[in-house]
Amino acid sequence: MTTELKIPEFSANFAESGQQGKWGMAIDMDICTGCQACVAACAMENNVPFVGEADSGYGRSMHWIRTERFWEGEFPEIKMTPYQPMLCQQCGHAPCEPVCPAFATVHSQSEALNLQVYNRCVGTRYCANNCPYQVRSFNWRDFERPEPLPNQLNPDVTVRRRGVMEKCTFCIQRIHRAEDQAKSEGREIADGEFTTACAQACPADAIVFGRIDDPESAVSKLARGSRGFHMLEELGTLPSVTYLKAG
Amino acid sequence: MTSTEKHHDHAHDHVAHLREQHLMLDPLPRGQMNDMVMESMHTTSWKFWVVFGILSVIVAVFLFGAWGYMIANGLGVAGVNRPSYWGIFLVNTVFWIGISHAGTFISAILRVFKAEFRRPFTRAAELMTTFGLVQAGFSIFMHMGRVWLSYWLMPIPNQRGLWPNFHSPLSWDLLAITTYLLSSTMYLFLPLIPDLAMARDRTPDGTWQKTFYRVLALGFRGTEGEWAHLRNAMNIFAFAIIPVMFSVHTIVSWDFAAATRPGWNSTIFGPYFVVGALHSGMGAVAMVLAVVQSRMKHMKYFIRGEHFEALGMLMLLVSMAWAYFFFNDYMVQWYGGDKWTQQLLHFHEGGPLGWMWFAMLVFNVVIPWATLWNKKWRSNPWLLFGVGLLINIGMWFERYIIIPISLTINRMPFTWRMYTPGVEVYLGIGTVAFFILLYMGASRLIPLIPVWEVQEGQMAHSLKTYGRETVVTVSELE
Repeated sequence: MTTELKIPEFSANFAESGQQGKWGMAIDMDICTGCQACVAACAMENNVPFVGEADSGYGRSMHWIRTERFWEGEFPEIKMTPYQPMLCQQCGHAPCEPVCPAFATVHSQSEALNLQVYNRCVGTRYCANNCPYQVRSFNWRDFERPEPLPNQLNPDVTVRRRGVMEKCTFCIQRIHRAEDQAKSEGREIADGEFTTACAQACPADAIVFGRIDDPESAVSKLARGSRGFHMLEELGTLPSVTYLKAG
Repeated sequence: MTSTEKHHDHAHDHVAHLREQHLMLDPLPRGQMNDMVMESMHTTSWKFWVVFGILSVIVAVFLFGAWGYMIANGLGVAGVNRPSYWGIFLVNTVFWIGISHAGTFISAILRVFKAEFRRPFTRAAELMTTFGLVQAGFSIFMHMGRVWLSYWLMPIPNQRGLWPNFHSPLSWDLLAITTYLLSSTMYLFLPLIPDLAMARDRTPDGTWQKTFYRVLALGFRGTEGEWAHLRNAMNIFAFAIIPVMFSVHTIVSWDFAAATRPGWNSTIFGPYFVVGALHSGMGAVAMVLAVVQSRMKHMKYFIRGEHFEALGMLMLLVSMAWAYFFFNDYMVQWYGGDKWTQQLLHFHEGGPLGWMWFAMLVFNVVIPWATLWNKKWRSNPWLLFGVGLLINIGMWFERYIIIPISLTINRMPFTWRMYTPGVEVYLGIGTVAFFILLYMGASRLIPLIPVWEVQEGQMAHSLKTYGRETVVTVSELE
């Protein structure tokens, strides 16, 4: 009988609550060298397709994390500004969530992350328009993976098809694995026990991942420092990623 | 010639002039008028079928063929990219919903206000509403990444207990457009019933047209009771559909106004979009009427200079209202001083597509104001056709500026990138062709002129001579 099924109650009050995140990241722009190791590691971990040169040049690259570079001044008096790795900020008050007509982009209550439900997405791309950080990637085509690339697909992560939106998940598969491990051993997850693919790959350790609801974690300590700021803070999106100013 | 004879002649000229000017004062016997409308449906030259055939091919290849190709290959074959995620698809959606507005406006608002000049062309305008909405529906479904799952946007009870997200402006949009499509179709159908009955009675037995008319006329015989019911229903619909019409384009504007994007989150977008919709819709009505008048038999009797004149006046008024809202929107955004909005405003005027911004102002404001003030000019069908065409191009530019061009500028300068349309150009041409095709098909099947409404108006109007003066009198029928 359907009455006996326990269907979890879905509460859709994303706009009012504005949750503080549970998992967070601190990115030190002072030590980022712009080497793009995070971009490559993320693509490997999360089965992000390679879109090819033409599509990439036309603004269809699908990186979940990208290294933005800017410069100041007029040529030839050019000064590079610090590199700015940009990924989903896992907002506590995310603009992408309320605009999806199909509930494909929702806030998870247990991980306090923005989820993208691939098999619910119908591809209106409204979330991507409304994302002030422009970190959402759309599957414009079924991108090819020539042999032997299919062999390196991560079995823990869904392979997306054309017509759906995707974005950084803070490597939610790693979060779940660590949570399961800790639960089976009857303990809490220790700080630094696991990390995201981008943080793991960063040779300069510019990316630090961990619990931001634990004031003693490494990421919380970094975020509290005087160099910390949030991207486009004035929009009130409550990002879970803290950037550390250079200099 | 004596002076009295001269005077008599002058008075006669005056009456003849009034008759020639005003359809309402130039009555024909009912039977003759009915036959004229039937003939206008049945007189089809080979040129019609040539155009019909060409349009059918365009619809098959550009609309359905290109859409199928896009479904099979993904949206990569279109020009949408980051940051212009929406592109021409949404431009066309807003454009067609705009076109669909004039139909209801002309028909319902002018009916409620009892504007007599509306009588011969309410049907032509209402058809635009329904057929325009069909194209808007095509355009919005085309832009979806996985259109085969579009029924998920509808609140259909399902075993997973999943509903659409009523927080999303797109959900409001879908409900508003569906409501508008259904109500405007009913509103098109109600005044059509007496004309369908008229056509049924003048169609030979045994033809499929006879069956078509018999089924759709719902057994209407024209008794007093039937007319009373019909009038009641039409009255209710005419009043009820006006707020629906205003709500639809307001809600469409909220797709943009409710988003956190520079240039979009403007509180004036609701009325600005409604007026913009009327602007393009009026222009489209003028274009349709000019074509119908010159191409269909007997239409020179029904559609005259006075109708273009009245329409031209409305177009001028709407153009002024649009200019006000445009100025208001621009002024407040500029005054706000937000750095991203300023970037965007500079990009509108001085960017690579700055010419479009200026063309929009010329087509939407300068040309209508420069031509439509003159009564003689605005009575000319082909001048009105030209102005209507330019207004429609201008309004399409306006939507293009609001959607792909404004999407180019966001708060992440690293992602700024121009948008180059791909297959959506063909899809857009396909919707235009499909609109014309539906209209041409309808003109062969249903009376484009609401005959009973014209006859009713002519019965209400009469010319009376008091002493030397001939005056027009109107009696209240309804």
